[in-house]
Amino acid sequence: MANTLSIIQAINQALMNEMKNDDTVVVYGEDVGVEGGVFRATVDLQKTYGKERAFDTPLAESAIVGTAVGMAINGLKPVVEMQFSGFSYPAFNQIISHVARMRNRSRGQYNLPMVIRAPYGGGIRALEHHSESTEALYAQIPGLKVVIPSTPYDAKGLLIAAIRDPDPVLFWEPKRIYRAFKQEIPEEAYEIPLGKAKILQEGEDITIVTWGAMVPDVQKAVKMVQDKGISTEVIDLRTISPMDRESFIQSVKKTGRILVVHEAPKTLGVGAEIISIVNEKAFLHLEAPPTRLTGFDTTFPLPRGEKHYIPSPERIAKTIEDIVKY
Amino acid sequence: MRLEDYNPMKNEMYQVIDPSGKAKEKDHIPDLDDEQLKYLFRTMLYTRTIDEKALSYQRQGRMLTYAPNLGQEAAQVGSAYSLDKEDWLVPAFRELGAWLVRGVPLKNIYLYWYGNEWGSHMPDGVKVLPVSVPIASQLQHATGIGMANNIKNEKNVVLTYVGDGGTSHGDFHEALNFASVFKSPVVFIVQNNQYAISTSRKVQTLSENIALKATAYGMPGILVDGNDIFAMYNATKTAVDRARKGEGPTLIEAYTYRLGAHTTSDDPTKYRDDAEVEEWRKKDPILRFGEYLKENNVVDDEWIEETKKELGEEVKKTFESIEDNSDTELEDIFKYHFEKMPAQLQEQLDEYRSFLEGGK
Repeated sequence: MANTLSIIQAINQALMNEMKNDDTVVVYGEDVGVEGGVFRATVDLQKTYGKERAFDTPLAESAIVGTAVGMAINGLKPVVEMQFSGFSYPAFNQIISHVARMRNRSRGQYNLPMVIRAPYGGGIRALEHHSESTEALYAQIPGLKVVIPSTPYDAKGLLIAAIRDPDPVLFWEPKRIYRAFKQEIPEEAYEIPLGKAKILQEGEDITIVTWGAMVPDVQKAVKMVQDKGISTEVIDLRTISPMDRESFIQSVKKTGRILVVHEAPKTLGVGAEIISIVNEKAFLHLEAPPTRLTGFDTTFPLPRGEKHYIPSPERIAKTIEDIVKY
Repeated sequence: MRLEDYNPMKNEMYQVIDPSGKAKEKDHIPDLDDEQLKYLFRTMLYTRTIDEKALSYQRQGRMLTYAPNLGQEAAQVGSAYSLDKEDWLVPAFRELGAWLVRGVPLKNIYLYWYGNEWGSHMPDGVKVLPVSVPIASQLQHATGIGMANNIKNEKNVVLTYVGDGGTSHGDFHEALNFASVFKSPVVFIVQNNQYAISTSRKVQTLSENIALKATAYGMPGILVDGNDIFAMYNATKTAVDRARKGEGPTLIEAYTYRLGAHTTSDDPTKYRDDAEVEEWRKKDPILRFGEYLKENNVVDDEWIEETKKELGEEVKKTFESIEDNSDTELEDIFKYHFEKMPAQLQEQLDEYRSFLEGGK
């Protein structure tokens, strides 16, 4: 059976599917129970599976993640929510000191099959701390997987794979496009493997690597430059860590040019890592400097300034043209 | 005094045998037979022997940084002895006596302090989590293990430890609050050994005692003489039974003293007087329990001497068995981060191996 869903609905369906398939899956966080989450990602979970398995907690991110560590050690698969990725910092110690390390620290005795979900990114005219893109902060930590979907189909399949994964996954959700469009997807559970990028469009002249809420903007830009005769290959990275390096190495060997587009700040960002890999693995194929187009190295502005921060399709299109003309 | 009616606001210390080894509350002497009493005493002596040897190896340059337990043996052994086989132990890092009671082999303990992660990999059936260095963070794991028990309808309980310094942490508050709200079957032991490295307990909190903090979380709190093994056993057993019945968590303050240094990297003469330490030496938990056992004809000096000798040999043998044979296998550094090693990591391992082998 197929159904037509937005990203947020697909996430809800993934949670529904997995709570049905596996009694050990529990979902909790701030406002996820009775209310069903501030974005409604967990709506009806408590009604369907009871207060034991879908519940509200006191307002404390460190304890939400820290207790999930204990639950995962004791045989459950907790899927916890950070209400916004910008609220995950009180849990930083638990994530870095324990979530990421327990398997290694115990030499494989305690793996942590747990998922930390959080909406990330700007563009929703929100208050301070509700708009940042924090994937690079977590992607550098050994022992964590960081996943970011960009479509309803991927959101569902990646989240199910994350829940079934024996290792901890940070599942960062692009809230700007939670409800931007719908897609027909299977009603039953399915998995999309973690660590695998997706080629959204094949092309000859330039490779663009992007993820999350930037994907639709990149696709708009690609249409703009298409009219000018530029053939673009677009890769949705989908998993930030561990990264599917082969996807863009092979692509750059074909196109000779690469642009990384992300919403997070530029310096020491994921784009820097991608370009380093390209330099190491495809240097002799390059015909133009590998380039990043990203958010600024500034605090994410409050709503009156946010249009300047996130790279627009026009700016992406201009950058593509500049690289191809180099 | 009935432990069930204990009120931490009154600031009374629960004690069963006084520092001279005399029974203070005769009807609180736990119902343990001579073999059990000897086991407890032997485990306290074992703890001390392991400590003393580790310090001496460290001074000889044969051991790395080590955190001694001197003076806290009763708080650790007495509390852990109240658990059943299926129960969990979630330690901080100064819980040697509790580890031994729960079946952690000395080999693991020394291997950990010797710098090899395999020390934290417990034998099957030993439900003891690895050492947790970030202060108070482990309390959340204990609360979560207990919450999972409730969800799975399992009846085992969780015993966890933190120091007096750890009670200043936000994680202490969050863990106790969650445990109480979700009726998690956890017993929180604060080993109040009066110092967080050099910082006095008096600087951590102006609360008259730590146990009374439990009141605000809606759970029982008990201030216990941590150098009295019977008091520690009774208080923890009461809390464990309560947790097992589904009545939720308890906070126990074990009032004790760290007679040694924080770790081998610390010099306690910089921050406390010899006179203070001497006062506490008189309250040594091993002297106290030894006096009680001799008075009651459970052990004699000869038994004590023989036990110490036997333990000393065992400790020496165990240390020597790891000393020359505990370097980390290269692949082990890489292979336990994920179930399947990512390509990036495999490449780094391969490159380094190739370097070690003299390059391609």
